[in-house]
Amino acid sequence: MVDGSVAEVKEALAKVGYLADEPAALVSFLAQRLDKPILVEGPAGVGKTELAKALSRASGRELVRLQCYEGLDEAKAMYEWNYRKQLLRIQAGGESGWSDVQEDIFSTEFLLTRPLMQAISSPEPVVLLIDEIDKTDQEFEAMLLELLSDFQITIPELGQVSATTMPIVVLTSNDSRELTEALKRRCLYLWLDYPGLEREMEIVRLHAPDLPETLARRLVEVIEMVRALDLKKPPSIAESIDWARTLLLMGAEDIDRRTFVQSMSIIVKHRTDIDLVAERVGMKLPEAPSPAG
Amino acid sequence: MSPAAASPYGRQADPGPPGLVAKLLGFCEELRSEGVAVGTSELLDAFAALEHVPWTSQADFREALAATVAKSQDDRRVFELLFDRYFFRAAEAEAVQHGVTERGEGELGGEGGEAGGERIDMEELRERIREAMLAGDEDAMRDLARLAIAAFGRGEGSGVVGVDVQRIRRTLGLTAGQQPPGEDGTEQPPIDRAQLTGFERHLRRELERDLIERTETLPPSRPLAELDRALPTSPTQDLAAVHRAVSQMKRRLATLGQEQRGRSKGQQVDVRRTMRASLETGGVPLRLRYRPKRPRRPEIYVLCDVSTSVTSASVFFLSVLHALHGSFRKLRSFVFIERISEVTDVFEHERDFAVVAQRISSEGGVADISGYTDYGRVWLEFLTEISDELDPRSTVIVLGDARTNGREPHAEVFAQISERAGRLFWLNPEPKLYWNYGDSVMAAYERYCDGAFECWTTRHLENFVNVVAGGVPAAE
Repeated sequence: MVDGSVAEVKEALAKVGYLADEPAALVSFLAQRLDKPILVEGPAGVGKTELAKALSRASGRELVRLQCYEGLDEAKAMYEWNYRKQLLRIQAGGESGWSDVQEDIFSTEFLLTRPLMQAISSPEPVVLLIDEIDKTDQEFEAMLLELLSDFQITIPELGQVSATTMPIVVLTSNDSRELTEALKRRCLYLWLDYPGLEREMEIVRLHAPDLPETLARRLVEVIEMVRALDLKKPPSIAESIDWARTLLLMGAEDIDRRTFVQSMSIIVKHRTDIDLVAERVGMKLPEAPSPAG
Repeated sequence: MSPAAASPYGRQADPGPPGLVAKLLGFCEELRSEGVAVGTSELLDAFAALEHVPWTSQADFREALAATVAKSQDDRRVFELLFDRYFFRAAEAEAVQHGVTERGEGELGGEGGEAGGERIDMEELRERIREAMLAGDEDAMRDLARLAIAAFGRGEGSGVVGVDVQRIRRTLGLTAGQQPPGEDGTEQPPIDRAQLTGFERHLRRELERDLIERTETLPPSRPLAELDRALPTSPTQDLAAVHRAVSQMKRRLATLGQEQRGRSKGQQVDVRRTMRASLETGGVPLRLRYRPKRPRRPEIYVLCDVSTSVTSASVFFLSVLHALHGSFRKLRSFVFIERISEVTDVFEHERDFAVVAQRISSEGGVADISGYTDYGRVWLEFLTEISDELDPRSTVIVLGDARTNGREPHAEVFAQISERAGRLFWLNPEPKLYWNYGDSVMAAYERYCDGAFECWTTRHLENFVNVVAGGVPAAE
């Protein structure tokens, strides 16, 4: 388990490859102690979703993921009646009375569980990830409230289904719209930002252990310069890691202008961004040594 | 020294009711007064959370409190500012109450400028401060700040904290940017602005502490200045805020029509899909399939005044236009001064805001003979050009100050536009107070609008979005 103390949570997360900073570790710890959902906000690509995955790995719990999108509704997020099976039941049990049938077809056997239902009805505790909650409509948020505060879902035909085990709930948001107060009130709030130089270097070196330290430092410095520009999509942490691996594959010893231009597409993925980065960052890098001979 | 003795400087600092609970409640009260919505449930969470972290560790204590009461990044900024101030004041008030002072016996005898009997070497102090700033070592900076204040004599300053901070900084020769080479001619790494500010903060805090100790009174707590809590501004960040408000507007406008129409009314049965679905149930069409309802696509016409009378607001207006173009496909935008000119193309072909702004000012094609706005003429031109396309589904938004420079306002033409378009909104960059003063004819137009709003910050823009969505206007 990962709920001993803040330091233990941090260590457990590090063991599964997620270097949490102090606030992230503390909030993860509190979430388990208080049985409260975590609302993680921050720019894209700082490891919000990864935090939930790491929590699941560290605690050995299964990860149940609900990816949100515009138009997501109850039937896809919570539960749906298995309509065909109900119909079969009606046709098969020709003799039984109406009340029997009615009672029968609205039982859990005929319920198709969707992620939210699955998370609270699971016999083993799970980690529930509700990804990009800001993509849904406000109505959907309202629907989540019961689940988030009481860990139960009300099905009109069945009554309340309460959680048998307490899931760790992580909600992520890219801050593309303001979430409702009611939702925020029920959650612990965590703001993740791009990591500092040192921490990003640790992260990169954790995921690309063969990368020499000097090169890793150079890499995060360049990444930081790129992020400082006003780009459409600044490079995420995952992209720094990808770039580190690419540099390893290329056998690069230093990030000079040529290496940078060759591998730039790993970290910058917009036509206009590429021009901007090549002009502002590429120029600052040292000239490639002319090939000997 | 008896704590009960009246301070010669007036009322003694009152630490308020004792105990952690009272302090936390006081802190939350202060947060509320700065506009952070802290509900009772948040308070309960905060107490529950604090049971699980050691209260002796400031970082954990602060994070646990922040995670439970500050639920957005803006709230978090206010939280940070208030947390330092509130608990600093609370601690100082408590110290005054109990007569705890920092000048121990050893230091009392010594003259200011001496610590531990050793003269402080100015050069060495500067070097150590520089090192601490470069390393970002908060504890060292704090100690060094105290040392620096001691070197200049406690209590010998002007009494105004801000002045003293700068005086000490100057005397120490600390500046941001490139550093002069060291004594042995080696080059020194540059110090950036943020690092220097960090040290100044420590200086300020220690000076304040000193002042409180001497006078035994707390300076009155002031509400946070608007300047402190505002986000560090840069044009790109403002642009981001405008974009956020506009993307909310998009959602609102897109769903607005449907709510009014009701959900089930006017649905069309999709025969083909119903038949297909009925195969599952043995050919009995148990479940009707409907044609998917196409969300009504908002058609928006934006008219933006770019004359000199709105120069200060026009960058903001252009950024609103820019954001609108990012969100809506069916959007046509016009800029006008004396005559009208369509700039939809400019926005559609160019994403970079700086370039757009430049192109509009250079080739906007606004016939700008006198540089004075002629609203009447603009309405006439707009109506002849666009009138056929205006229908009840379209929304017209005017961004301008309604200052006609004494020309004919042609309000009746404006009324026609209002009649044809579904909705008509006016965003005015002037405070409501100035409307209808001088050559402003806002009143003539306002009655044909579905809404007229003052709008020169993103806050106003959000307010507008809320009203359009049928919500309540955000509190100012």
